[in-house]
Amino acid sequence: MATDLQVAPHAEVPASQRIINDFSIQVATVNGSGSQTANLVLLRSIFQMGVPVSGKNLFPSNIAGLPTWYTIRASRHGYIARKKEIDFLVAMNPETAREDVLALEPGRAVVYDEPLKLNALRDDLVFYPVPFDKLVVEVTRDAKLRRLVRNMIYDGVLARLLNIDLQEMERALGKQLARKAKALVLNKGALELGFKHTDEHLEKRDPFYLEPMNETGGMVLIEGNAAAALGCMMAGVTMVAWYPITPSSSLCETLIDYLRKYRMDKETGKATFAVIQAEDEIAALGMVLGAGWAGARAMTSTSGPGISLMAEFSGLAYYAEIPAVIFDIQRVGPSTGLPTRTAQGDVAFCAALSHGDTKHLLMLPATVEECYTMAMDAFDLAERFQTPVFVLSDLDLGMNNWMARPFSYPDRPIDRGKVLTEETLARIGEWGRYKDVDGDGIPYRTLPGQWGPGFFTRGSGHNAKAQYTERPDDYTRNMDRLARKFETARGHVPKPVVDMRDGAAIGIIAYGSSHVAVEESRDQLAAEANVQTSYLRLRAFPFTPELGTFIDRHDRVYVVEQNRDAQMVMLMRQELSAARIAKLRSVLHYNGLPVDARSVTDGILVQEGLKGEAQPETPRENVVSMVGGE
Amino acid sequence: MSSTAVTPPPKKTNRIGLETQVYRGSKTTLCAGCGHNAISERIIDAFYEMGVDPRRVAKLSGIGCSSKSPAYFLGSSHGFNAVHGRMPSVATGALLANRDLLGIGVSGDGDTGAIGIGQFVHLMRRNLPLIYIIEDNGCYGLTKGQFSPTADVGSKLKNGVVNDLPPIDTCALAIELGATFVARSFSGDKKQLLAILKAAIGHRGTCMIDVLSPCVTFNDHEGSTKSYAYAKDHDEPLGSFNFVPFFEDISVEYEPGTTVEVTLHDGSRLLLHKVDGGFDPTSKMDALRVLHESAARGEFATGVLYVEPNKPDFVTVLNVVDEPLASLPLEKLRPPKAALDEIMASLT
Repeated sequence: MATDLQVAPHAEVPASQRIINDFSIQVATVNGSGSQTANLVLLRSIFQMGVPVSGKNLFPSNIAGLPTWYTIRASRHGYIARKKEIDFLVAMNPETAREDVLALEPGRAVVYDEPLKLNALRDDLVFYPVPFDKLVVEVTRDAKLRRLVRNMIYDGVLARLLNIDLQEMERALGKQLARKAKALVLNKGALELGFKHTDEHLEKRDPFYLEPMNETGGMVLIEGNAAAALGCMMAGVTMVAWYPITPSSSLCETLIDYLRKYRMDKETGKATFAVIQAEDEIAALGMVLGAGWAGARAMTSTSGPGISLMAEFSGLAYYAEIPAVIFDIQRVGPSTGLPTRTAQGDVAFCAALSHGDTKHLLMLPATVEECYTMAMDAFDLAERFQTPVFVLSDLDLGMNNWMARPFSYPDRPIDRGKVLTEETLARIGEWGRYKDVDGDGIPYRTLPGQWGPGFFTRGSGHNAKAQYTERPDDYTRNMDRLARKFETARGHVPKPVVDMRDGAAIGIIAYGSSHVAVEESRDQLAAEANVQTSYLRLRAFPFTPELGTFIDRHDRVYVVEQNRDAQMVMLMRQELSAARIAKLRSVLHYNGLPVDARSVTDGILVQEGLKGEAQPETPRENVVSMVGGE
Repeated sequence: MSSTAVTPPPKKTNRIGLETQVYRGSKTTLCAGCGHNAISERIIDAFYEMGVDPRRVAKLSGIGCSSKSPAYFLGSSHGFNAVHGRMPSVATGALLANRDLLGIGVSGDGDTGAIGIGQFVHLMRRNLPLIYIIEDNGCYGLTKGQFSPTADVGSKLKNGVVNDLPPIDTCALAIELGATFVARSFSGDKKQLLAILKAAIGHRGTCMIDVLSPCVTFNDHEGSTKSYAYAKDHDEPLGSFNFVPFFEDISVEYEPGTTVEVTLHDGSRLLLHKVDGGFDPTSKMDALRVLHESAARGEFATGVLYVEPNKPDFVTVLNVVDEPLASLPLEKLRPPKAALDEIMASLT
């Protein structure tokens, strides 16, 4: 097989020029080809080597046949944001292979399916041709199975080229296919064959190497949606109503799995929960409100189009004061938008969802740990404030695997909020459903079928006793109390995380999944331009006093968001003084891909006058953003 | 003036010792003579006579004249006036959260047949234990008389606009979709409506009751099939029927072959006397045939059209614990630390 090799005269890259544990791998495949197993095994085996790693699945809105890219980043520094540049390409998809290769920077490496003859395209890359079709014949005679195990061969190739312990990879494979003995045997065969072929026929000439580290010991790999599901279960969710939508579905699906395993009553074998796949998102939220009204801990999960449908019910929940937890796993809008791409585009909409004067509490998880803890916070806040709470995650956080320390078991009981008891009634004398007894804007409620007087819940005008009214003073008094309740909530929502640097003139504000890119960007700014920055990460709306203080302490404050219109800044404009608003500048990333550190760094340096206009999007990303059907 | 002390007569109470007053609501704000008020009265009578504790009743509604009416009965019960056409979803959540609640939903022909047809369809499929009443007047009263999806073909608005589209038969739809108790009545037929409502209280599953309820302001004119005059003349009862509550041990004897007896969930009995000897209320085909035949004659078949007493309701299908979900203690809701540890270990 020597003729297959594009052998360069020199041998392996000398040790001094090697790039160890700091590069990105991109696998380009066709979706529906079973590449997800191969990609997760690759991710997991790097994780098992103790090397900090992140994986991002860039997939089309399609079942099978369209291009998919899976990007893995190994970073000895612990950076887990998306890296813009691809260092190591595995080109399995004939449709995109040409463009994938042309987009690479010189010096990068390409493993490719031999018949594609990609080596003819460039002479400044390292090419590794692999005859996948010939090899897979040796794995199985079954043509159908061949299609599914073909991709596992590239894992074996990469194990050899990148120096991944084959046993580590087989362990990862075992974990991935734990309950599929036959598939495990076949895939193991493919893996070993890829390794053996590479060992015998390919010569390592690129500079990218993996070496074991000790940075991931005891950690877990989990998707944000699974973490949120776990938080819902630990929060004691009793009612789940949902409608399928990408990228939110896996939250409820995972929750159903957990509930069926851990929440069946031991004595009776019956469920301590009810789950309904509703007819649409309107009904899903209606069910959540009915359940919340009757005293259940109820939640739904959706994405932008579902949020649009939930607008009317959200206003009812705000005005009639009914607890509800709504996860919004944001994707790219407007309209159907890019259903399988990520964004933070629902912030302003959710904050004021529905007609009339409406304000909602927002939770802004940035990590999988926060998807877990904020799920629990959201249920407590919803019942404490008798109002909907929106948890704004996104596709990047929700559907990708992230490293995390194992989650802690909750250390406090759940907060069921103000439900009228006989003792409370004796204390307050007279009860009215919407009467502000404690001066915090939060009234006492009673639950149908349980102790306490009944009342009539309505979305029409009502007075403190829940009676119908159109009186101007009744209306104003009630709306002012609702505003007061919102002010009380300001003191109870998760506070921002602040890292103040002495003497820094520049502050950065971010939230949600932008966090990892901002952390890396701060290091870039310091290393490349000697720019020191402070950082405030918002974790909730309404804003807390820390925000204003942070802005006051800096000359210029950059707000990083993954939307076009600077939606969080819009919300800040409603609450902050003109002097504070004048200090705000935006760094916006909205091409559907997770924000990367380079974009943040360049966005700040350009506005600081320390760099020319940012580079236009690379051709590679333009291609990506055009892909995708319904 | 006389100062003779008079002992007041003992107040009349029902089987759980409550007076009828407890079952009343606030004063109606609907038009004088509105059929909906008569329906509210029958609901009060039915819940009183069946001896239902108002504290375990949840009243639900959508938007419209009909949907205002839950404020006018069972004033001590919890009520929920939801958004237009979406009462079914709210009822679904509430009744799953607390399976001990007895749910009664009031909707209108627009609230059900137009904006709410989607949720109506799925409610019927699920067989949620809910009494679902359509106060059906064929028009939108609260917005001044526009056509609803149950308006007659050819009916005319004051400005001359004519309705060209055929009405939806909500009873036929409910039977087709899976409701397990389907009836039609007329707000002016006190005896029949009361018996239907009492039977509905005894049934566990979705009870869909379409009640023709003339709109005295917008749709009571000559030629309207939803007018008092038309309904009185064209009401075609499927035969008289008796309802025997489970707590009244009455033996009723009828000629064999002339009566169908259906035992409901709570042990009450529904006794239907056949008119034509062919109608069986446990047969979907019979019910649909009767509906189509009477509609072709320009008549309304009234009474209990269809009963399926043994089909499992939605709460049962979901295998929910016997205790209300809403009042489960934390130890039943939060799995132990070992469960979290097990999940975490699977993710390393």
